[in-house]
Amino acid sequence: MSLIYPTKSLENFPKHLTPGYKSTLKRSPTKPLMIIPHTLSELTGPVYGHNAVQEGDNDLTKQHRGEPLGERIIVHGQVLDEDRRPVKSALVELWQANACGRYVHNVDQHPAPLDPNFTGAGRTITDDNGYYKFITIKPGAYPWGNHPNAWRPNHIHFSVFGHSFVSRLVTQMYFPGDYLFPFDPIFNSVTDEKARNRMIAAFDLDNTVPDWALAFKFDIVLRGREATPLDNDDHH
Amino acid sequence: MSEITPSQTVGPFFAYGLTPVGRCQWDPNGTYAWKNSVESNLVTPDVSGSRIRIEGSVFDGDGKPINDCMIEIWQADAQGRYASPADNRALPNSGFKGFGRSATDKTGVFAFDTIKPGAVPGPGGKPQAPHIVVAIFSRGMLRQVYTRLYFPDEAANAADPVLNLVPAERRGTLIAKKAGGEPPVYHFNVNMQGDNETVFFEV
Repeated sequence: MSLIYPTKSLENFPKHLTPGYKSTLKRSPTKPLMIIPHTLSELTGPVYGHNAVQEGDNDLTKQHRGEPLGERIIVHGQVLDEDRRPVKSALVELWQANACGRYVHNVDQHPAPLDPNFTGAGRTITDDNGYYKFITIKPGAYPWGNHPNAWRPNHIHFSVFGHSFVSRLVTQMYFPGDYLFPFDPIFNSVTDEKARNRMIAAFDLDNTVPDWALAFKFDIVLRGREATPLDNDDHH
Repeated sequence: MSEITPSQTVGPFFAYGLTPVGRCQWDPNGTYAWKNSVESNLVTPDVSGSRIRIEGSVFDGDGKPINDCMIEIWQADAQGRYASPADNRALPNSGFKGFGRSATDKTGVFAFDTIKPGAVPGPGGKPQAPHIVVAIFSRGMLRQVYTRLYFPDEAANAADPVLNLVPAERRGTLIAKKAGGEPPVYHFNVNMQGDNETVFFEV
């Protein structure tokens, strides 16, 4: 059996069972995952064209009557495959807490104010170079119930579609130099330091817009290869 | 060496960002018209094939339904073709995407309205029985888990190359139960752990 996308690529992903993150205890498989051949079902994936999003969906500061409070930032980068080829026309979705660390969600009971001018959700489609760009505000840190005095580092959730359904990635983008990194079991669920650091955006002075917004660059590398040969009659 | 970006959990607060229901419910001023592109209803006016509904729950290790879970499905059309550039056969049904997303509700139930997929080419040119690829994301899952939904009334299951890799005593976890109705409802429950733990795939 040959796997067209080697599962070795997944070695730097977190383990399903990561006891420091308590919710994994009852929600992770206990039996070994079964390896199966990559068939057309795994090697294909949904495609969303530009008609899936509207102009403005990628500017989270302009979705309400006024501007949200907080530090305005630009978050941009390229979606690439493992050969570092751009993934074009990829749907990129993000969601995040507001500047005070509060999500617009009734399950979030953190006693920090909601911002009537910030929902915290956006999306875009990558261009022919795999490039995407969002304008948003820097999310705040917030407490959570994993362990006493647990706080999540500032982060933005990302959801990305790649060449195939097995390239599908949900991840979190962190900010450089966060003092909460050593204490966060979700960030540290990626045990390899280099791999962990790939979830941290780079401060990007070159793309900062003077007198307006700081920029952060976050490249996202998805599983798979653009040049993967596909022959519908020969998946073995 | 792969420079892949690692996975992280979808967390408990994805609904307003990733699902239409969440967005409508939480946008406090409602001034921004958000177009729903990713939905749990896959049926398009031009699609051919038999309509079906899929309902189920994802149960945690205590047997409790997970009420903050996101389920995504990926499937071929009724002729077994994927709406993907990587499927280089004849064009599939024009509007049918074959992709759906559903968040579990307060009681932990997810649902999709779709059409029954056709048989899909498999390894060595042998057909695979009709099936739907299922990916599950949730708080407490640092990466998605993949499984497959097969149909109970398919003779082709007996020769399916993936089902045949699964030990016979666990194969049943991948086969939905037909509950009748019109269009027919198939129940597909997923157990993360326990005696009847669903078979998950490393793909």
